[in-house]
Amino acid sequence: MSEILVRIDGKEVKAKEGMTVLEAAQSAGISIPTLCHHEKLEPFGGCRLCIVEVQVGDWTKRVVSCVYMVEENLIVRTRSEKIDKIRKMILELQLCHAPDSPELLDLANEYGADKNRFEKEASFCIHCGLCVRYCAEVKKKNAVGFIDRGIRKEICFIPEIASKECWDCKECFQLCPTEALQAAFVLTKSLISAPPSLESASKE
Amino acid sequence: MPRINSSSELEKLRQGILANRDPQKPCITLCAGSACHATGSGDVAASIEAEIEKQGLSAAVDVRKTGCHGFCERGPIIVNHPEESCYFQIKPEDAPEIVSQAVKDKKVIERLLYTDPNTNEKIIYESEIPFYKNQERLVFGSNGSIDPKSIDDYLAIGGYSGLEKALSRMAPEQILEEIKKSNLRGRGGGGFPAGRKWEESRNASGNEKYVIVNADEGDPGAYMDRSLLEGNPHSVLEGLMIGAYAIGSHKGYIYVRQEYPLAVANLAIAIKQAEEYGFLGENILGSGFDFKISVHKGAGAFVCGESSALMTALEGRAGEPRPKYIHTAVKGVWDNPSVLNNVETWANVPLIINKGADWFTQIGTEKSKGTKIFSLVGKITNTGLVEVPMGMTLRDIIYKIGGGIPRGKKFKAVQTGGPSGGCIPENLLDLEVGFDELTKAGSMMGSGGMIVMDEDTCMVDVARYFIDFLTDESCGKCVPCREGLRQMLKILTNITEGKGNEGDIALLEELSEVAKEASLCALGTSAPNPFLSTVRYFRDEYEAHINEKRCPALSCKELIAYYIDPDKCQACMICARKCPADAVDGGKKKIHIIDQEKCTKCGTCFEVCPSRFSAVQKISGEPVPSPISEEKRIITGKSKEK
Amino acid sequence: MDNDRIDQIIDKHQSEASSLIQVLLAIQSENHWLPKEALKRISEKLQVPLTRIQHVATFYKAFSLVPKGQHEIHICMGTACHVRGATRVLDTVQDLTGIKPGETDLDFKFSLETVNCLGCCALGPVMEIDGKTHGKMAPGETADVLKSYE
Repeated sequence: MSEILVRIDGKEVKAKEGMTVLEAAQSAGISIPTLCHHEKLEPFGGCRLCIVEVQVGDWTKRVVSCVYMVEENLIVRTRSEKIDKIRKMILELQLCHAPDSPELLDLANEYGADKNRFEKEASFCIHCGLCVRYCAEVKKKNAVGFIDRGIRKEICFIPEIASKECWDCKECFQLCPTEALQAAFVLTKSLISAPPSLESASKE
Repeated sequence: MPRINSSSELEKLRQGILANRDPQKPCITLCAGSACHATGSGDVAASIEAEIEKQGLSAAVDVRKTGCHGFCERGPIIVNHPEESCYFQIKPEDAPEIVSQAVKDKKVIERLLYTDPNTNEKIIYESEIPFYKNQERLVFGSNGSIDPKSIDDYLAIGGYSGLEKALSRMAPEQILEEIKKSNLRGRGGGGFPAGRKWEESRNASGNEKYVIVNADEGDPGAYMDRSLLEGNPHSVLEGLMIGAYAIGSHKGYIYVRQEYPLAVANLAIAIKQAEEYGFLGENILGSGFDFKISVHKGAGAFVCGESSALMTALEGRAGEPRPKYIHTAVKGVWDNPSVLNNVETWANVPLIINKGADWFTQIGTEKSKGTKIFSLVGKITNTGLVEVPMGMTLRDIIYKIGGGIPRGKKFKAVQTGGPSGGCIPENLLDLEVGFDELTKAGSMMGSGGMIVMDEDTCMVDVARYFIDFLTDESCGKCVPCREGLRQMLKILTNITEGKGNEGDIALLEELSEVAKEASLCALGTSAPNPFLSTVRYFRDEYEAHINEKRCPALSCKELIAYYIDPDKCQACMICARKCPADAVDGGKKKIHIIDQEKCTKCGTCFEVCPSRFSAVQKISGEPVPSPISEEKRIITGKSKEK
Repeated sequence: MDNDRIDQIIDKHQSEASSLIQVLLAIQSENHWLPKEALKRISEKLQVPLTRIQHVATFYKAFSLVPKGQHEIHICMGTACHVRGATRVLDTVQDLTGIKPGETDLDFKFSLETVNCLGCCALGPVMEIDGKTHGKMAPGETADVLKSYE
């Protein structure tokens, strides 16, 4: 794979063909904020937080760095007035769902986002998709998935699969930036019984 | 049906079909499009056929059920051939008269003719009616001549000659050059040069390449593609076949909304007939080119009209769009090069191949070549589908063809481009339709929806309506669209309900900017347009709603009240009887009063109060006057004393 | 719906995973809803995870995971109908039937849905019941139309 030279925040970075701008930045120790990104998973491009400004020749545009491939002579700026404004709004829109998420609050601090800008919403889920994608791509169990679309979209466990797989796994729990996943699991538990091995051991 | 294996066999077939048709033979064509069907064209057709049999004329007169004629306001529509006399709003009871007079005795039936509202003149021929006279129906015109269920009808008007020319006398690269030269741009809304897209796919590497018809026409108010597919499906198939040959694809998909059952049915018939003749399958016309088409039905998601979402749906998944940094022409369905074009775009291809790019570029403007089909609907006298050359002004379309605003109302705005577009006010009506002009004014031509609005339309409600639509249809994957629209809808709904606040417009503008910049797909990036264009041209309406809790158009339910003017009410009881909420108190000779607690603001009383009284008013921004005293409510004597 | 019939439908679509939507459309059309057992059967036969089927069955408006009423009322909320007063028609129908869009009444008589443009814009506002188009609807007329479906 050939080497591609890009410039990120003034720094020259040697990237490989097929790399995304986010991967190139991370390889050079330049940080770009992310929420839905995970190195073990296919890039999702859902949160849009990793948006950056790129310049190819005379043309400047904003792109989402976790899915944008590096190009020869690409100039990247990870911060700018416009970028910061966009990230601030994205955070404010997420915070009305999960105002207590440590990850979101840290980023809110950095970008001056106001967690009370919008009225609180009933659902904690910020749709980063980490749980769904981890279960599908890494564990390959497909115990939890998305349902519906738009503002009605939610995550949902399949009770029959969860009753077999989730008790001993729960690896997705640490990925969730909010309490949505745990809440969904508690709801699912009320629909299914614990596997026989655990039933005698403990009662929750 | 014999299998046609070469150009000469095709020509022989065509000549054979034409030889069996006598252009002088009486023929009654009847529009069988969806809109006419809904007004009873099926029953009309049945009664005409029965009448013809009754009069013993079955051998002497043909009846042909054709595709949509476009003048949907006046359906069911009949054209008598060979005279070309045209009759509108036909009922089954008219059948005896039509068959006797118009077919046997050859007399014109005056009462069924079109009457010009300006001159009161009766017009006999379809082509002279103002609605049709000012159009240029290159793509859509054939609808009225053919039975969409008959491939022979299509062949009789020259169908599949484009395919024959392409396969036997042109190389794929030549076809590509011709389409590039014609500057055919996508008719689905994107306006991307078709030739460039085709070339990208042709040059991309991949074992399998696909060509796709986007028939997921989702813009509410737009039904051009529906009528093309129902009325002339072969024109789309032929375009697709030519495109496939140019790109090197052997598999085509037609993604059509399941809400269009007649289109699905007619497509299936057309494909089967094309397969029987050998225009689809292996070694088409002896050229060595193989091509197959399958139809994939949509399942009810506007976002699947977006090309990458459509391709994801073709793969059997939820239609979530993909990042567009790599073109779907290079990596599309199952990561194979895929050319997706709109129905109307494909329908233009046979014309360009037959008549040449030079002919095509004579029509339209410098950057927008050819014609465009629009669905002219809403508050307009002549509702229907119109095809005009690019460059015609909005004013000409709305007034010369559309006949202006009905019921003496005043024009307010025309909404173009569907949910991705915007509203154009009166002072900009001289803008020319095309890909670039309308965009400068904050709207876009889009797929061709043209919704006319009058003084009774609330522009804040229009913005709320579109944001509501998009919120429902958003796939929900990305934050700026899902969450941004969620908040925008809340704010706009509050404004229309009189709960707007200072700062709402600024917040809406901020949310709009983020959605435009950072959304994953064009649904999100164009979602703010209805809001941005209405606030640009009708900001005063927003401010009235927010600051005065008043709806200038007297439309927003929470901000209006219905009130019966006691000076005008004649106590006729019509509104009291029709009120679905039993909210009108009164009796004969007792002036009516609307109980504001019970009133559901349905507007029925307003509609039914006789125009000579016009006693029902709509009030906004001020309190409802207190009811008059009980004694004053009684009407004494024959006429009312003031 | 029994498994044999479901298997027949799946086989008709070459048992390919990409035919998922077409298979579900066929079952929805015949059965008027998608029972969970049908989804499980499809998951086994097409080798597609149940999460994906669940997402597809809830993502697209054509599908219903609950039984529908005898008569399906579709009210067009397309722009042309909206501009001609479709919202008032919807409100009146909601009042008369007691259900909101997406719901079915307790007797399983009526199901109500809004649809985005039926393509009969010249007849707006349009209400479609069991596939029959009722054009130029006014709120005052809806009661009579619904009564005819008793």
